[in-house]
Amino acid sequence: MSDLTVQVLQAILALGLAPLLTGMVRKTKAKLQRRRGASIFQPYRDIARLMRKEAVVSHDASWIFTAAPTFILAATWVAAALVPMFAFASGLSSAADFIVMIGLLASARFALALAGLDIGTSFGGLGSSREMLFATVAEPAILILIFALSLICGTTRLLDIAAFIQTAQIGPHISLLLAFAGLAMLAVVENGRIPVDNPATHLELTMVHEAMVLEYSGRHLAQIELAASLKLLFYVSLLSAVFLPWGLAPAGASFALIGLGLALYFVKLAGAAMLLATFEISIAKMRVFRVPQFTGVALMLGLLAVILLLVSRSF
Amino acid sequence: MVTLSDIVGNTDRRWPRVEVARDVWEYARTQLAEGKWDLIAHWGEPDMVHVALREHGSGTTGILSLSARGSFPSLGRDCLPARRLERAIRDLVGLIPEQAPDTRAWLDHGRWSMRHPQGTPEQPAGPQPYAFLPVEGESLHQILVGPVHAGIIEPGHFRFTCSGETVVRLEAQLGYVHKGIESLMTGAPLERASKLAARVSGDTTVAYSTAFAQAVETACATEVPARALYLRAIMLELERLANHFGDIGGTCNDAAFSLMLANCAVMREHVLRTAQTAFGHRLMMDRVIPGGVAADLSTAGQSAIAALLKRIRKQFPAIVALYEDTASLQDRTVRTGMLRHDLAMQFGAGGYIGRASGRSFDTRKILPWAPYDTLAFETPLLQRGDVDARIRIRIAEVEQSCVLLRQMLDALPSGPIQAEVVPRAGEGTTMVEGFRGDIFAWLRLNDDGTLARCHLRDPSWFQWPLLEAAIYGNIVADFPLCNKSFNCSYSGHDL
Repeated sequence: MSDLTVQVLQAILALGLAPLLTGMVRKTKAKLQRRRGASIFQPYRDIARLMRKEAVVSHDASWIFTAAPTFILAATWVAAALVPMFAFASGLSSAADFIVMIGLLASARFALALAGLDIGTSFGGLGSSREMLFATVAEPAILILIFALSLICGTTRLLDIAAFIQTAQIGPHISLLLAFAGLAMLAVVENGRIPVDNPATHLELTMVHEAMVLEYSGRHLAQIELAASLKLLFYVSLLSAVFLPWGLAPAGASFALIGLGLALYFVKLAGAAMLLATFEISIAKMRVFRVPQFTGVALMLGLLAVILLLVSRSF
Repeated sequence: MVTLSDIVGNTDRRWPRVEVARDVWEYARTQLAEGKWDLIAHWGEPDMVHVALREHGSGTTGILSLSARGSFPSLGRDCLPARRLERAIRDLVGLIPEQAPDTRAWLDHGRWSMRHPQGTPEQPAGPQPYAFLPVEGESLHQILVGPVHAGIIEPGHFRFTCSGETVVRLEAQLGYVHKGIESLMTGAPLERASKLAARVSGDTTVAYSTAFAQAVETACATEVPARALYLRAIMLELERLANHFGDIGGTCNDAAFSLMLANCAVMREHVLRTAQTAFGHRLMMDRVIPGGVAADLSTAGQSAIAALLKRIRKQFPAIVALYEDTASLQDRTVRTGMLRHDLAMQFGAGGYIGRASGRSFDTRKILPWAPYDTLAFETPLLQRGDVDARIRIRIAEVEQSCVLLRQMLDALPSGPIQAEVVPRAGEGTTMVEGFRGDIFAWLRLNDDGTLARCHLRDPSWFQWPLLEAAIYGNIVADFPLCNKSFNCSYSGHDL
């Protein structure tokens, strides 16, 4: 299969699979709570329903409020499409840089925080201020972790990192493990999962992400929800591409290898959904001011990984 | 020094009511201000105001009444818990508390079809702007929540003034669920009034029905059969179990720990199904009636309750252990929403809220009624007054309710479950321990058995103001947690 086909396929697959991942997480959580839970396809129905509904926009809203969902969805989608999911595709590989992806997500976050402030409700402002509080520590932490990874692999290009880890005989690597732990923690923060934020809550005062999107409805909300699902898919794909790249089909591989990669990718998604749901069930949400400490731990893990690398190289 | 029993006289009645002059009323105010007497209830009639009191130490209880022509001396000048009650008297009856420190309307937002529904009805004045207490200071911002919330909960408006995330003032504005229950009761026959009393606050329907029935029985000097008294107490404890399970799970869920909610919801459902089997209604609504109970407990019902107790004994310790061993959850509940002991005493906070802050007031112990006077149980008491303490009090109360149910099942007398209530003119007063705390009921009957007037005082009257105190200095994201740990009734305090 040609690179371009794989690339296009991955982009479409990312968009198509994202609600499924959210549905799987919700279903697993429901099962763990001894509830029956909605079908894993419910997020698709929700998005379809929202697309049909009228979008109510506040009189106080500026163009930022209505433009933000499209921008957020686009930025998140591009970021998610750049991560190798089941095959290496070098179609956009020059763009598939770790720092580019983080930049895309950061600008999506910026747009959402602006939209939260734009309508001038107290909850929007509350959510935006909390989101920015989290981001001030989370973003440097991510960059440090990328730095650690690029020191190990000698590149910030995601494809090369994945290929390096897939092929190189690096064995159990302490810095790699530290980077994995740090990125997993940040994935929880970035996606607003428990213990940082509760995506299922109805309590306005405790919300972070939900508080910013409280005023959205109809197709705007559908875009926001889809972007949130895509972001979760992005982090799952990223973690599996960097730390569990086995099964990723090489560039120009046969259909059989791509099929294998695809099947493995599904397994990875399901595994991630179950892990996330189990983790969320077993922990209470922390106080807002504890979150920077939590992200601080991720930052320290990144620093530790870097220091260990430098120390081990100098000998 | 004049004691309460000097004023109300020596009587074998538990709640003697005497009409007093203004100087005695003012004396009562000073005693309330010094914390020597507790304010139990405060309500009005078109030409009279009443205050129910309890003396510390001696434990004397009694009601003072002052005839009022349009106004009465405010107790709220020195007695904080009386303030909202006086504002409600003004809204409902139209009597004006003289020199009252707070003259804002409380329940009447100007949207009722009439003013003073329990006094002389007047044309409504139309919606009035509500003057919230002023806040001054740099970098403060306000967050307005409600009255309609994102979840399916009762309506109430909360206004937070925050410095960053820290709450510096919370002011609640309630009164969005006015049903006119006390007005509807006036002139209603007993059967209808009893149904109305059962609907004051749906979650604590047994306690309200029991309070109403006991007040009627006191007024009519009805001897209730022993079996009926036991069945009432069984229902009351089942109701306590169901609500405490719901609250323990609900509070933990507000810290996003849904596993506790899932487990507690299962337990609550078992309690409700047992109630359905035993008494034919999940919430046991209208099962307690004046004169006795409406549903007898069959052998099958008894074994259902016994099975429930066995299940709780088997499964509840694991739920408690889950609560205690989850560090992330303890981190949220411990030292959150601390209610000071002196405030709990000052406001006479009942139920788990008072008991978590060191105020050990349990009507079942202090003003016991049959069969509680012969049963062995303990009132749990903690001092810290945080969310954790309120959860732990509930956990201990669940265990005590099981102890009580066990004893009652073993000693359940046989015999009739109803006595005839022979209506006569008279007054009846009583207090019952619902799951939230002490419910006070007072009523006056006409000769024909219709109600001349009924007043029901929910424990939440003295708990809502404390929530505002408990949240002070906490972060705004912890409010839902504190609120659920208080779980005050919106409906019960807005009749």
